[in-house]
Amino acid sequence: MPKVLINTDRCKGCGICITVCPKKILRFSGKFNSYGYNYVECIDENLCILCKSCALMCPDVIFTLKKDE
Amino acid sequence: MKTVYEKPHSLTDNKTIYCPGCNHGFVHRLVAEAIDSLDLREKTVAVAPVGCAVLLYDYFNFDVVEAPHGRAPALATGIKRVRPDLNVFTYQGDGDLASIGMAEIIHAANRGENIVVVFVNNANYGMTGGQMAPTTLPGQKTTTTPFGRDTKHDGFPFRMAELIGSLPAVAYSARVKATSPKHVLAAGKAIKKGFQNQIDEKGFSFIEVLSTCPTNWGMDPVKALKWVDDAMESYYPLGTFKDIDGGK
Repeated sequence: MPKVLINTDRCKGCGICITVCPKKILRFSGKFNSYGYNYVECIDENLCILCKSCALMCPDVIFTLKKDE
Repeated sequence: MKTVYEKPHSLTDNKTIYCPGCNHGFVHRLVAEAIDSLDLREKTVAVAPVGCAVLLYDYFNFDVVEAPHGRAPALATGIKRVRPDLNVFTYQGDGDLASIGMAEIIHAANRGENIVVVFVNNANYGMTGGQMAPTTLPGQKTTTTPFGRDTKHDGFPFRMAELIGSLPAVAYSARVKATSPKHVLAAGKAIKKGFQNQIDEKGFSFIEVLSTCPTNWGMDPVKALKWVDDAMESYYPLGTFKDIDGGK
């Protein structure tokens, strides 16, 4: 099972990851971090195909992607 | 669990001061990944510019020195000549490199100094509020060209990668962008090649990255990436303009 860990405190809510995710499982959470940015969240980790598009396109390096051995 | 992707070790945990969607984040990460993959972190010295990336020492987990405005290639030359065993690169913006630092970059390139220059071109002076830079596109609106850049009055933008690529002592000169996962991977490859050239003592490597400045362009981050694809790339074509290996 894939795991999408998001460092919400670093997120600046630019929304680039949302546009590049092929499975459309990222969205704005509607909550705000300590810097006042509307951070992203993953709706369903099980649908993630670990393509790394979000991680490659994130300017603030908030994604850590893991999978079971 | 197996890690598929994580933050490179050459980046610190500090939050960056950049605006949301700023391409400096991409380029920092690509540089950090290249240095991690070549295992150069313990012997790297970066030279920071004046501009938005002035606080580079906060974000990179290796030594960074701060150069006077535009003089990063001159400082890097000194470091590399005194300590040829170190991995030295400069990280510069377009206001820093193509305007006040034009003399330093041209002469460092023409001497074929064995350093890497990462050039982030966002077509304006980002830190000071979006004034016209030497790389501002014809017709582009900035705070000092409110009716668009008039080439009759303000001249034409510099194509730096071509200019540097035309010099005989240069080993590698390329222009990349970071607007899609595919292009980010290509940009990472170009930056890694620059560092590999330095290890192999091939000479001067220059990588220009087309970058966004969403705040000063007055666009949201996603539209700004599109503008790089549509408008910037038509004036600044991507490609490798010099490669002494012949593109291998």
